[in-house]
Amino acid sequence: MSQHTIQVNVNGALQKAEVPARLLLVHFLRENLRLTGTHIGCDTTHCGACTVLLDGVPVKSCTVLAVQADGREVMTVEGLERDGKLDPIQEGFYQEHGLQCGYCTPGMMMTGYALLKANAKPSEEDIRKAISGNLCRCTGYVNIVKSVQHAASAIAAAK
Amino acid sequence: MIPASFDYHSPKTLSEAIDLLSRHGDGAKVLSGGQSLLPLLKLRLGTASHLVDIGKVPGLEYIREEDGFLKIGGRTRESTLEASDLIRKKYPILADTAAVIADPLVRNLATVGGNLAHGDPANDHPATMLALGAVVVATGPKGERTIPIGKFFTDLFTTALSHDEILTEIRIPTPPPGSGGAYVKLERKVGDFATAASAAQLTLKGGVVEKAGIGLTNAGPVPVQAEKAEAFLKGKKLDAATIAEAARLAAESADPSADRRGSVEYKKEMARVLTARALAKAAERAGGA
Repeated sequence: MSQHTIQVNVNGALQKAEVPARLLLVHFLRENLRLTGTHIGCDTTHCGACTVLLDGVPVKSCTVLAVQADGREVMTVEGLERDGKLDPIQEGFYQEHGLQCGYCTPGMMMTGYALLKANAKPSEEDIRKAISGNLCRCTGYVNIVKSVQHAASAIAAAK
Repeated sequence: MIPASFDYHSPKTLSEAIDLLSRHGDGAKVLSGGQSLLPLLKLRLGTASHLVDIGKVPGLEYIREEDGFLKIGGRTRESTLEASDLIRKKYPILADTAAVIADPLVRNLATVGGNLAHGDPANDHPATMLALGAVVVATGPKGERTIPIGKFFTDLFTTALSHDEILTEIRIPTPPPGSGGAYVKLERKVGDFATAASAAQLTLKGGVVEKAGIGLTNAGPVPVQAEKAEAFLKGKKLDAATIAEAARLAAESADPSADRRGSVEYKKEMARVLTARALAKAAERAGGA
Protein backbone atom coordinates (compact mmCIF):
# COMPACT_ATOMS: atom_id res chain seq x y z
CA MET A 1 0.00 0.00 0.00
CA SER A 2 1.32 3.40 -0.92
CA GLN A 3 2.24 6.01 1.69
CA HIS A 4 1.82 9.70 0.97
CA THR A 5 3.10 12.91 2.44
CA ILE A 6 0.21 15.30 2.72
CA GLN A 7 -0.10 18.94 3.74
CA VAL A 8 -3.53 19.98 4.85
CA ASN A 9 -4.59 23.31 6.25
CA VAL A 10 -6.81 22.35 9.18
CA ASN A 11 -8.59 25.20 10.96
CA GLY A 12 -5.93 27.63 9.75
CA ALA A 13 -2.87 25.58 10.77
CA LEU A 14 -0.79 23.68 8.24
CA GLN A 15 -0.56 19.99 9.14
CA LYS A 16 2.05 17.82 7.49
CA ALA A 17 1.80 14.05 7.79
CA GLU A 18 2.77 10.74 6.25
CA VAL A 19 -0.40 8.72 5.72
CA PRO A 20 -1.36 5.40 4.14
CA ALA A 21 -3.50 5.66 1.01
CA ARG A 22 -6.55 4.10 2.65
CA LEU A 23 -6.66 6.42 5.66
CA LEU A 24 -10.00 8.23 5.74
CA LEU A 25 -10.11 11.96 6.35
CA VAL A 26 -12.23 11.48 9.49
CA HIS A 27 -9.62 9.14 10.96
CA PHE A 28 -6.83 11.56 10.06
CA LEU A 29 -8.66 14.33 11.91
CA ARG A 30 -9.64 12.27 14.94
CA GLU A 31 -6.65 10.01 15.39
CA ASN A 32 -3.65 11.78 13.86
CA LEU A 33 -4.65 15.30 14.89
CA ARG A 34 -6.77 14.34 17.94
CA LEU A 35 -9.56 16.62 16.73
CA THR A 36 -12.32 14.43 18.12
CA GLY A 37 -15.11 16.97 17.69
CA THR A 38 -15.83 15.44 14.29
CA HIS A 39 -17.89 12.33 15.02
CA ILE A 40 -18.18 8.99 13.29
CA GLY A 41 -21.82 7.95 13.20
CA CYS A 42 -22.95 5.46 10.59
CA ASP A 43 -19.62 5.22 8.73
CA THR A 44 -21.64 4.44 5.57
CA THR A 45 -22.17 7.92 4.08
CA HIS A 46 -25.67 8.33 5.50
CA CYS A 47 -25.72 10.26 8.75
CA GLY A 48 -23.50 13.33 8.32
CA ALA A 49 -22.10 13.27 11.89
CA CYS A 50 -18.63 13.47 10.28
CA THR A 51 -19.39 16.60 8.22
CA VAL A 52 -16.45 18.97 7.78
CA LEU A 53 -15.80 21.75 5.29
CA LEU A 54 -13.41 20.89 2.47
CA ASP A 55 -12.38 24.12 0.75
CA GLY A 56 -15.48 25.65 2.33
CA VAL A 57 -17.90 22.99 1.11
CA PRO A 58 -19.59 20.61 3.57
CA VAL A 59 -18.72 16.96 2.89
CA LYS A 60 -18.84 13.66 4.76
CA SER A 61 -15.28 13.09 5.99
CA CYS A 62 -15.87 9.32 6.28
CA THR A 63 -16.17 9.27 2.49
CA VAL A 64 -13.03 11.22 1.59
CA LEU A 65 -9.49 9.88 1.73
CA ALA A 66 -6.97 11.87 3.73
CA VAL A 67 -4.73 11.99 0.63
CA GLN A 68 -7.55 13.68 -1.28
CA ALA A 69 -7.30 16.59 1.17
CA ASP A 70 -3.64 17.18 0.28
CA GLY A 71 -3.09 20.85 -0.51
CA ARG A 72 -6.59 21.80 0.56
CA GLU A 73 -8.35 23.48 3.48
CA VAL A 74 -10.36 21.59 6.06
CA MET A 75 -12.48 23.23 8.72
CA THR A 76 -13.83 21.18 11.63
CA VAL A 77 -16.12 22.07 14.52
CA GLU A 78 -13.00 23.02 16.51
CA GLY A 79 -12.41 25.81 13.99
CA LEU A 80 -15.70 27.59 14.71
CA GLU A 81 -14.75 29.29 17.97
CA ARG A 82 -12.54 32.37 17.53
CA ASP A 83 -10.56 34.04 20.33
CA GLY A 84 -12.65 32.38 23.00
CA LYS A 85 -15.88 33.56 21.39
CA LEU A 86 -18.44 31.15 20.05
CA ASP A 87 -19.40 31.39 16.40
CA PRO A 88 -23.02 32.56 15.89
CA ILE A 89 -23.95 29.02 14.79
CA GLN A 90 -22.65 27.61 18.10
CA GLU A 91 -24.40 30.37 20.03
CA GLY A 92 -27.60 29.52 18.09
CA PHE A 93 -27.49 25.85 19.09
CA TYR A 94 -26.79 26.89 22.69
CA GLN A 95 -29.60 29.46 22.91
CA GLU A 96 -32.23 27.42 21.07
CA HIS A 97 -31.35 24.09 22.67
CA GLY A 98 -30.58 22.64 19.24
CA LEU A 99 -29.27 19.38 20.64
CA GLN A 100 -30.11 16.63 23.02
CA CYS A 101 -27.51 13.85 22.96
CA GLY A 102 -25.13 16.03 20.94
CA TYR A 103 -23.85 13.35 18.62
CA CYS A 104 -25.03 14.94 15.37
CA THR A 105 -24.31 18.49 16.56
CA PRO A 106 -20.80 19.03 15.12
CA GLY A 107 -22.00 17.92 11.68
CA MET A 108 -25.20 19.95 11.95
CA MET A 109 -23.22 23.06 12.89
CA MET A 110 -20.76 22.66 10.00
CA THR A 111 -23.62 22.27 7.53
CA GLY A 112 -25.46 25.21 9.11
CA TYR A 113 -22.28 27.34 9.04
CA ALA A 114 -21.74 26.58 5.32
CA LEU A 115 -25.41 27.30 4.54
CA LEU A 116 -25.23 30.74 6.16
CA LYS A 117 -22.04 31.59 4.24
CA ALA A 118 -23.85 30.80 0.97
CA ASN A 119 -27.31 32.06 1.92
CA ALA A 120 -27.47 34.68 4.70
CA LYS A 121 -31.28 34.65 4.86
CA PRO A 122 -32.38 31.06 4.42
CA SER A 123 -36.06 30.15 4.62
CA GLU A 124 -37.13 27.29 6.88
CA GLU A 125 -37.34 25.14 3.75
CA ASP A 126 -33.78 26.13 2.74
CA ILE A 127 -32.53 25.10 6.18
CA ARG A 128 -34.41 21.79 6.19
CA LYS A 129 -33.12 21.00 2.71
CA ALA A 130 -29.53 21.90 3.64
CA ILE A 131 -29.52 19.62 6.70
CA SER A 132 -31.30 16.76 4.94
CA GLY A 133 -28.00 14.83 4.79
CA ASN A 134 -27.48 15.20 8.56
CA LEU A 135 -29.48 12.83 10.72
CA CYS A 136 -30.66 13.66 14.22
CA ARG A 137 -32.45 10.95 16.17
CA CYS A 138 -33.32 13.08 19.23
CA THR A 139 -34.69 16.50 18.45
CA GLY A 140 -37.15 16.07 15.60
CA TYR A 141 -35.16 18.90 13.94
CA VAL A 142 -37.45 21.71 15.20
CA ASN A 143 -34.87 23.25 17.51
CA ILE A 144 -32.06 22.65 15.02
CA VAL A 145 -33.92 24.75 12.47
CA LYS A 146 -34.49 27.43 15.14
CA SER A 147 -30.77 27.34 16.00
CA VAL A 148 -29.75 28.06 12.42
CA GLN A 149 -32.38 30.82 12.24
CA HIS A 150 -31.02 32.26 15.49
CA ALA A 151 -27.53 32.32 13.97
CA ALA A 152 -28.81 33.96 10.78
CA SER A 153 -30.51 36.74 12.79
CA ALA A 154 -27.42 37.25 14.95
CA ILE A 155 -25.16 37.55 11.90
CA ALA A 156 -27.60 40.00 10.24
CA ALA A 157 -27.84 42.10 13.45
CA ALA A 158 -24.04 42.31 13.75
CA LYS A 159 -23.69 43.82 10.27
CA MET B 1 -14.68 0.87 8.52
CA ILE B 2 -11.42 0.83 6.66
CA PRO B 3 -11.00 -0.25 3.04
CA ALA B 4 -8.57 -3.01 2.11
CA SER B 5 -5.12 -1.76 1.08
CA PHE B 6 -4.57 -0.11 -2.27
CA ASP B 7 -2.07 2.15 -3.98
CA TYR B 8 -3.22 5.69 -4.66
CA HIS B 9 -2.27 7.77 -7.68
CA SER B 10 -3.04 11.40 -8.33
CA PRO B 11 -2.25 12.12 -12.00
CA LYS B 12 -2.10 15.73 -13.18
CA THR B 13 -3.20 15.06 -16.77
CA LEU B 14 -5.77 12.89 -18.52
CA SER B 15 -3.12 10.99 -20.49
CA GLU B 16 -1.22 10.23 -17.29
CA ALA B 17 -4.46 8.93 -15.74
CA ILE B 18 -5.19 6.67 -18.73
CA ASP B 19 -1.61 5.45 -18.71
CA LEU B 20 -1.95 4.43 -15.05
CA LEU B 21 -5.20 2.60 -15.79
CA SER B 22 -3.58 0.74 -18.70
CA ARG B 23 -0.54 -0.18 -16.67
CA HIS B 24 -2.43 -1.54 -13.67
CA GLY B 25 -5.12 -3.44 -15.55
CA ASP B 26 -8.36 -4.61 -14.04
CA GLY B 27 -7.34 -3.91 -10.45
CA ALA B 28 -7.21 -0.16 -11.09
CA LYS B 29 -10.33 1.93 -10.53
CA VAL B 30 -11.05 5.56 -11.30
CA LEU B 31 -11.72 7.68 -8.20
CA SER B 32 -13.83 10.71 -9.08
CA GLY B 33 -16.26 12.03 -6.42
CA GLY B 34 -15.79 8.77 -4.53
CA GLN B 35 -19.32 8.78 -3.12
CA SER B 36 -20.13 5.32 -4.51
CA LEU B 37 -16.63 3.84 -4.77
CA LEU B 38 -15.39 4.64 -1.26
CA PRO B 39 -18.47 3.23 0.55
CA LEU B 40 -18.18 0.12 -1.64
CA LEU B 41 -14.50 -0.31 -0.74
CA LYS B 42 -15.18 0.37 2.95
CA LEU B 43 -17.96 -2.22 3.06
CA ARG B 44 -15.59 -4.50 1.15
CA LEU B 45 -18.24 -5.23 -1.44
CA GLY B 46 -15.48 -4.64 -3.95
CA THR B 47 -11.73 -4.23 -4.02
CA ALA B 48 -9.21 -2.24 -6.00
CA SER B 49 -5.45 -2.62 -5.96
CA HIS B 50 -4.94 0.87 -7.42
CA LEU B 51 -7.06 4.00 -7.20
CA VAL B 52 -6.47 6.57 -9.92
CA ASP B 53 -7.82 9.84 -8.52
CA ILE B 54 -8.85 12.16 -11.37
CA GLY B 55 -9.52 15.00 -8.90
CA LYS B 56 -6.47 16.98 -10.04
CA VAL B 57 -6.95 16.44 -13.80
CA PRO B 58 -7.91 19.81 -15.30
CA GLY B 59 -10.77 20.41 -17.71
CA LEU B 60 -13.30 17.81 -16.56
CA GLU B 61 -15.85 20.06 -14.85
CA TYR B 62 -18.05 22.13 -17.18
CA ILE B 63 -21.59 22.59 -18.43
CA ARG B 64 -21.92 24.21 -21.85
CA GLU B 65 -23.96 24.19 -25.05
CA GLU B 66 -21.94 23.56 -28.17
CA ASP B 67 -22.49 22.06 -31.66
CA GLY B 68 -26.13 21.20 -30.97
CA PHE B 69 -25.36 19.43 -27.70
CA LEU B 70 -25.41 20.15 -24.01
CA LYS B 71 -21.97 19.00 -22.92
CA ILE B 72 -21.34 18.04 -19.31
CA GLY B 73 -17.80 17.29 -18.16
CA GLY B 74 -17.53 13.86 -16.54
CA ARG B 75 -16.35 15.18 -13.17
CA THR B 76 -19.04 17.87 -12.92
CA ARG B 77 -20.47 17.77 -9.39
CA GLU B 78 -24.15 17.05 -8.87
CA SER B 79 -24.40 20.22 -6.74
CA THR B 80 -23.08 22.26 -9.69
CA LEU B 81 -25.64 20.73 -12.04
CA GLU B 82 -28.40 21.38 -9.51
CA ALA B 83 -27.43 25.05 -9.15
CA SER B 84 -26.82 25.79 -12.85
CA ASP B 85 -29.16 28.42 -14.34
CA LEU B 86 -28.79 26.88 -17.81
CA ILE B 87 -29.85 23.47 -16.47
CA ARG B 88 -32.75 24.85 -14.42
CA LYS B 89 -34.14 26.88 -17.32
CA LYS B 90 -33.47 24.67 -20.31
CA TYR B 91 -32.98 21.14 -18.96
CA PRO B 92 -35.22 20.98 -15.88
CA ILE B 93 -35.30 17.15 -16.09
CA LEU B 94 -31.59 17.22 -15.16
CA ALA B 95 -32.22 19.66 -12.31
CA ASP B 96 -35.03 17.36 -11.06
CA THR B 97 -32.62 14.44 -11.15
CA ALA B 98 -29.64 16.11 -9.49
CA ALA B 99 -31.85 17.40 -6.67
CA VAL B 100 -32.92 13.89 -5.59
CA ILE B 101 -29.57 12.11 -5.78
CA ALA B 102 -28.44 11.03 -2.29
CA ASP B 103 -28.31 14.15 -0.07
CA PRO B 104 -26.81 17.67 -0.34
CA LEU B 105 -23.50 16.70 1.32
CA VAL B 106 -22.97 13.74 -1.00
CA ARG B 107 -23.92 15.90 -4.02
CA ASN B 108 -21.11 18.33 -3.14
CA LEU B 109 -18.63 15.62 -4.18
CA ALA B 110 -20.58 13.14 -6.30
CA THR B 111 -20.14 13.51 -10.06
CA VAL B 112 -22.44 13.08 -13.05
CA GLY B 113 -19.91 10.84 -14.81
CA GLY B 114 -19.53 8.68 -11.73
CA ASN B 115 -23.28 8.28 -11.39
CA LEU B 116 -23.29 6.71 -14.88
CA ALA B 117 -19.94 4.87 -14.86
CA HIS B 118 -20.79 3.10 -11.60
CA GLY B 119 -23.38 1.15 -13.60
CA ASP B 120 -25.83 0.95 -10.72
CA PRO B 121 -29.43 0.61 -12.00
CA ALA B 122 -30.56 2.27 -8.75
CA ASN B 123 -28.70 5.49 -9.62
CA ASP B 124 -30.80 8.33 -10.93
CA HIS B 125 -28.94 9.78 -13.93
CA PRO B 126 -29.09 6.65 -16.09
CA ALA B 127 -32.89 6.83 -16.55
CA THR B 128 -32.72 10.54 -17.32
CA MET B 129 -29.91 10.07 -19.83
CA LEU B 130 -31.88 7.26 -21.51
CA ALA B 131 -34.91 9.58 -21.79
CA LEU B 132 -32.72 12.34 -23.23
CA GLY B 133 -30.92 10.09 -25.73
CA ALA B 134 -27.50 11.08 -24.37
CA VAL B 135 -24.14 9.99 -25.74
CA VAL B 136 -21.22 9.16 -23.47
CA VAL B 137 -17.66 10.11 -24.42
CA ALA B 138 -15.05 7.59 -23.28
CA THR B 139 -11.37 8.54 -23.43
CA GLY B 140 -8.77 5.77 -23.51
CA PRO B 141 -5.29 4.99 -24.86
CA LYS B 142 -6.55 5.25 -28.44
CA GLY B 143 -8.31 8.55 -27.90
CA GLU B 144 -12.01 9.34 -27.68
CA ARG B 145 -14.97 7.24 -28.67
CA THR B 146 -18.67 7.87 -28.25
CA ILE B 147 -21.13 5.35 -26.83
CA PRO B 148 -24.90 5.84 -27.15
CA ILE B 149 -26.44 5.62 -23.68
CA GLY B 150 -28.69 2.78 -24.84
CA LYS B 151 -25.57 0.63 -25.32
CA PHE B 152 -23.73 1.85 -22.24
CA PHE B 153 -25.24 -0.26 -19.45
CA THR B 154 -24.36 -3.86 -20.20
CA ASP B 155 -25.06 -5.61 -16.89
CA LEU B 156 -25.41 -5.02 -13.15
CA PHE B 157 -22.57 -2.62 -12.17
CA THR B 158 -21.10 -3.18 -15.64
CA THR B 159 -20.81 -0.68 -18.47
CA ALA B 160 -19.35 -0.56 -21.97
CA LEU B 161 -16.28 1.29 -20.63
CA SER B 162 -13.11 -0.76 -20.79
CA HIS B 163 -10.82 -0.75 -17.75
CA ASP B 164 -8.49 1.85 -19.28
CA GLU B 165 -11.20 4.29 -20.34
CA ILE B 166 -12.50 7.31 -18.45
CA LEU B 167 -15.95 8.77 -18.93
CA THR B 168 -14.93 12.32 -19.84
CA GLU B 169 -18.11 13.89 -21.19
CA ILE B 170 -21.86 13.42 -21.52
CA ARG B 171 -23.49 14.89 -24.63
CA ILE B 172 -27.20 15.56 -24.70
CA PRO B 173 -28.80 16.62 -27.99
CA THR B 174 -30.25 20.12 -27.49
CA PRO B 175 -34.01 19.51 -27.49
CA PRO B 176 -35.96 21.31 -30.26
CA PRO B 177 -38.61 23.91 -29.36
CA GLY B 178 -41.73 22.30 -27.87
CA SER B 179 -39.69 19.93 -25.70
CA GLY B 180 -39.93 19.29 -22.00
CA GLY B 181 -38.90 16.66 -19.52
CA ALA B 182 -39.27 15.64 -15.90
CA TYR B 183 -37.86 13.14 -13.42
CA VAL B 184 -40.14 11.91 -10.65
CA LYS B 185 -38.79 9.71 -7.86
CA LEU B 186 -40.40 7.89 -4.96
CA GLU B 187 -37.97 7.44 -2.09
CA ARG B 188 -38.59 6.41 1.51
CA LYS B 189 -36.41 9.24 2.76
CA VAL B 190 -33.72 11.63 1.55
CA GLY B 191 -30.62 9.68 0.62
CA ASP B 192 -32.38 6.43 -0.19
CA PHE B 193 -32.30 4.79 -3.58
CA ALA B 194 -35.53 4.96 -5.55
CA THR B 195 -38.39 2.62 -4.71
CA ALA B 196 -39.29 3.56 -8.27
CA ALA B 197 -38.56 6.57 -10.46
CA SER B 198 -39.37 7.64 -13.98
CA ALA B 199 -37.74 10.06 -16.42
CA ALA B 200 -39.79 11.35 -19.34
CA GLN B 201 -38.71 13.64 -22.16
CA LEU B 202 -41.20 14.79 -24.81
CA THR B 203 -41.14 16.85 -27.98
CA LEU B 204 -44.61 18.04 -28.93
CA LYS B 205 -45.96 19.75 -32.04
CA GLY B 206 -49.55 20.98 -31.89
CA GLY B 207 -50.23 18.65 -28.95
CA VAL B 208 -48.96 15.62 -30.89
CA VAL B 209 -45.92 13.67 -29.72
CA GLU B 210 -43.02 13.89 -32.18
CA LYS B 211 -40.52 12.21 -29.90
CA ALA B 212 -40.71 10.51 -26.51
CA GLY B 213 -38.01 9.14 -24.23
CA ILE B 214 -38.80 7.24 -21.03
CA GLY B 215 -36.29 5.75 -18.59
CA LEU B 216 -36.93 3.85 -15.35
CA THR B 217 -34.73 3.68 -12.26
CA ASN B 218 -34.25 0.58 -10.10
CA ALA B 219 -36.49 -1.48 -12.36
CA GLY B 220 -34.13 -4.32 -13.30
CA PRO B 221 -30.46 -5.33 -13.42
CA VAL B 222 -29.76 -2.44 -15.82
CA PRO B 223 -31.47 0.96 -16.22
CA VAL B 224 -34.64 0.41 -18.24
CA GLN B 225 -35.63 2.21 -21.41
CA ALA B 226 -39.40 1.85 -21.82
CA GLU B 227 -39.29 1.33 -25.56
CA LYS B 228 -42.86 0.05 -26.01
CA ALA B 229 -44.27 3.11 -24.28
CA GLU B 230 -42.00 5.41 -26.34
CA ALA B 231 -43.14 3.80 -29.60
CA PHE B 232 -46.79 3.97 -28.53
CA LEU B 233 -46.57 7.71 -27.83
CA LYS B 234 -45.08 8.67 -31.18
CA GLY B 235 -47.66 10.46 -33.37
CA LYS B 236 -50.34 10.37 -30.64
CA LYS B 237 -52.21 13.36 -29.32
CA LEU B 238 -51.11 13.65 -25.71
CA ASP B 239 -54.30 13.46 -23.65
CA ALA B 240 -55.05 11.76 -20.34
CA ALA B 241 -55.92 8.43 -21.95
CA THR B 242 -52.68 8.40 -23.97
CA ILE B 243 -50.63 9.18 -20.86
CA ALA B 244 -52.41 6.41 -18.92
CA GLU B 245 -51.74 3.83 -21.64
CA ALA B 246 -48.09 4.89 -22.05
CA ALA B 247 -47.61 4.63 -18.28
CA ARG B 248 -49.15 1.14 -18.29
CA LEU B 249 -46.80 0.07 -21.10
CA ALA B 250 -43.79 1.57 -19.30
CA ALA B 251 -44.60 -0.43 -16.17
CA GLU B 252 -44.67 -3.57 -18.33
CA SER B 253 -41.00 -2.89 -19.17
CA ALA B 254 -40.11 -2.81 -15.47
CA ASP B 255 -38.59 -5.93 -13.99
CA PRO B 256 -37.83 -4.92 -10.40
CA SER B 257 -36.92 -7.25 -7.56
CA ALA B 258 -38.60 -7.29 -4.17
CA ASP B 259 -36.71 -5.83 -1.23
CA ARG B 260 -37.45 -3.73 1.85
CA ARG B 261 -38.65 -0.94 -0.44
CA GLY B 262 -41.54 -3.07 -1.65
CA SER B 263 -42.83 -6.07 -3.53
CA VAL B 264 -42.48 -6.55 -7.28
CA GLU B 265 -46.17 -5.67 -7.77
CA TYR B 266 -45.89 -2.49 -5.72
CA LYS B 267 -42.77 -1.32 -7.55
CA LYS B 268 -44.33 -1.95 -10.96
CA GLU B 269 -47.44 -0.07 -9.91
CA MET B 270 -45.30 2.83 -8.68
CA ALA B 271 -43.39 2.81 -11.99
CA ARG B 272 -46.77 3.22 -13.71
CA VAL B 273 -47.96 6.04 -11.46
CA LEU B 274 -44.65 7.91 -11.59
CA THR B 275 -44.39 7.58 -15.38
CA ALA B 276 -47.86 9.12 -15.73
CA ARG B 277 -46.78 11.99 -13.48
CA ALA B 278 -43.48 12.46 -15.30
CA LEU B 279 -45.25 12.53 -18.69
CA ALA B 280 -47.81 15.08 -17.47
CA LYS B 281 -45.07 17.31 -16.07
CA ALA B 282 -42.95 16.91 -19.20
CA ALA B 283 -45.94 17.92 -21.35
CA GLU B 284 -46.59 20.95 -19.16
CA ARG B 285 -42.96 22.02 -19.47
CA ALA B 286 -43.08 21.44 -23.23
CA GLY B 287 -45.93 23.92 -23.28
CA GLY B 288 -48.37 21.37 -24.60
CA ALA B 289 -50.56 20.59 -21.63
